Amino acid sequence: MAQQKTGLVSLEEGGFAIFLVLLAFACLIVAGKTFDQVMAFHASVGALFAALGVFYIFKNYFDDGGQAIPQELDGKPNYNIGPIKFGAIAAMFWGIAGFTVGLVIALQLAWPALNFDLPWTNFGRLRPLHTSAVIFAFGGNVLLATSMYVVQRTCRARMPGKILPWFVILGYNAFIVIAGTGYLLGATQGKEYAEPEWYADLWLTIVWVFYLLLFLGTLWKRKEPYIYVANWFYLAFIVTIAVLHITNNLTIPVSIYSTQSVIVWAGVQDAMVQWWYGHNAVGFFLPAGFLAIMYYFIPKRAARPVSSYRLSIVHFWALIFIYIWAGPHHLHYTALPQWASTLGATFSIILWMPSWGGMINGLMTLSGAWDKLRTDPVLRMMVVSVAFYGMSTFEGPLMSLRAVNSLSHYTDWTIGHVHSGALGWVGYISFGAIYCLVPWLWNKKGLYSLKLVNWHFWLSTLGIVLYITAMWVSGIMQGLMWRAYDSLGFLEYSFVETVEAMHPFYIIRALGGALFVVGALIMAYNLWMTVRHGEAEEADALPAGSLAAAE
Amino acid sequence: MNETYSALAAFAQTGGLIYFMILFGIVLAYALWPKNREKFDDAAQIPFRED
Repeated sequence: MAQQKTGLVSLEEGGFAIFLVLLAFACLIVAGKTFDQVMAFHASVGALFAALGVFYIFKNYFDDGGQAIPQELDGKPNYNIGPIKFGAIAAMFWGIAGFTVGLVIALQLAWPALNFDLPWTNFGRLRPLHTSAVIFAFGGNVLLATSMYVVQRTCRARMPGKILPWFVILGYNAFIVIAGTGYLLGATQGKEYAEPEWYADLWLTIVWVFYLLLFLGTLWKRKEPYIYVANWFYLAFIVTIAVLHITNNLTIPVSIYSTQSVIVWAGVQDAMVQWWYGHNAVGFFLPAGFLAIMYYFIPKRAARPVSSYRLSIVHFWALIFIYIWAGPHHLHYTALPQWASTLGATFSIILWMPSWGGMINGLMTLSGAWDKLRTDPVLRMMVVSVAFYGMSTFEGPLMSLRAVNSLSHYTDWTIGHVHSGALGWVGYISFGAIYCLVPWLWNKKGLYSLKLVNWHFWLSTLGIVLYITAMWVSGIMQGLMWRAYDSLGFLEYSFVETVEAMHPFYIIRALGGALFVVGALIMAYNLWMTVRHGEAEEADALPAGSLAAAE
Repeated sequence: MNETYSALAAFAQTGGLIYFMILFGIVLAYALWPKNREKFDDAAQIPFRED
């Protein structure tokens, strides 16, 4: 479109363009001079992404003639929904990819031949691919998309910046691509949930700082006098993840041409920092961010305000001040001083209070509207997710006790616990939020089919139940077999005997995972049909770029 | 070195308790302060006020 130029390149466009040009050249130099094949590949990908970024910045500039975007249209905030749509689609894509890789490794555990004896497909490389894909790629995109939606809506203001929101969402997904391909090619720091190597970490830090600025900028522009509680949870999630990520990844690269790096912490300090990070990656990425989703989407879907706003305030402050101390419970019976691991367990027990306070607050939001659970499968999904939240936050503190941990640690019980939280709580609240978001974003009256949501709900619930019960049984059995002695003080079972005993449960677990994947595929089809063939919201044609009311 | 460690550990174990009790007291007072009720009831309605 050849319009007359009304403005020069803005500081924002110019700044991002210069940054990306410099980055592209830096990547090219590294790609040319490196001796490390993975680095060469990643630097080339980085150069390509950065160059594409510059191209789109200028393409956009020439298309719109450098005009400023109106902050309001017809007296209503001109919400920026493009990046949110991208995030919702990316979440579904990565979700299905991550669930499928999870199913593959579940099958590998039952039938090891499925490793195919290839380095790229062995369990050790696919497992971090699965965890990162579901937590950071699926969960991360859900959090980015919903936070951008919720903060704009509850502040009644457009996100600041033209390039900034796109930089955040695309930059984050570029990080996912670099991290995920790195695992398959063998580049890893070997730290659970912090596997990406130094250059990927550095890139994520930059993206994350811009994400924080974007979020704070929207809050700054708000037309509401108060900051809604969901935004508090999102803000805690963003700030804490930044602190955790930086502290746990203070590494010194062996060379800038190498994928390898060395952490500055040593010995037990490194272990403590890693599990302080690890537990809070679980604690602030998963509960805090997804509780924000609960505090917005459940009231919205149920059309009633949160049960007690006061309780939500106590919930917020108690949760963030307590969670950060629970990490040492991952290091019972290690070189960590006993008082520190007791401290971790104590704080985990105290966490029962805010966790259950939050759960009750979420569930009681429906009081007087319980009938909606019968008619609205999306709301049912979110309510069941809160119930799973209550269940796994009851189980977690129990497992953090030294006596229970001595049985549960290193067994499948831990895997079962994580998945009741991940599939039940995080998965379901995310599915619920996406089921709500897609019709709102694409301006549709409702979902294509509630019947399919029902199918999704029941198939995946059955899957989760099969998964977690199989892991409970196999985990406790495994723990008991490991600690069984005969009358002469010898171990009763060899390790291989425990593996053999777990085989049937591995098959049941894989079956549960398969049902969960099938549910997600049904969801993707349903959303696709909603966008393509859903009935449009009332026809009082709103100008392009604006968003109709959700109701 | 060992003394520093013991002193820090002892402080973490006692000072931490007091610190958290005070923090919790402040949070409770803020959340339950009668004057704040109106503010919080209003804030709870934000999701339903959007355009």
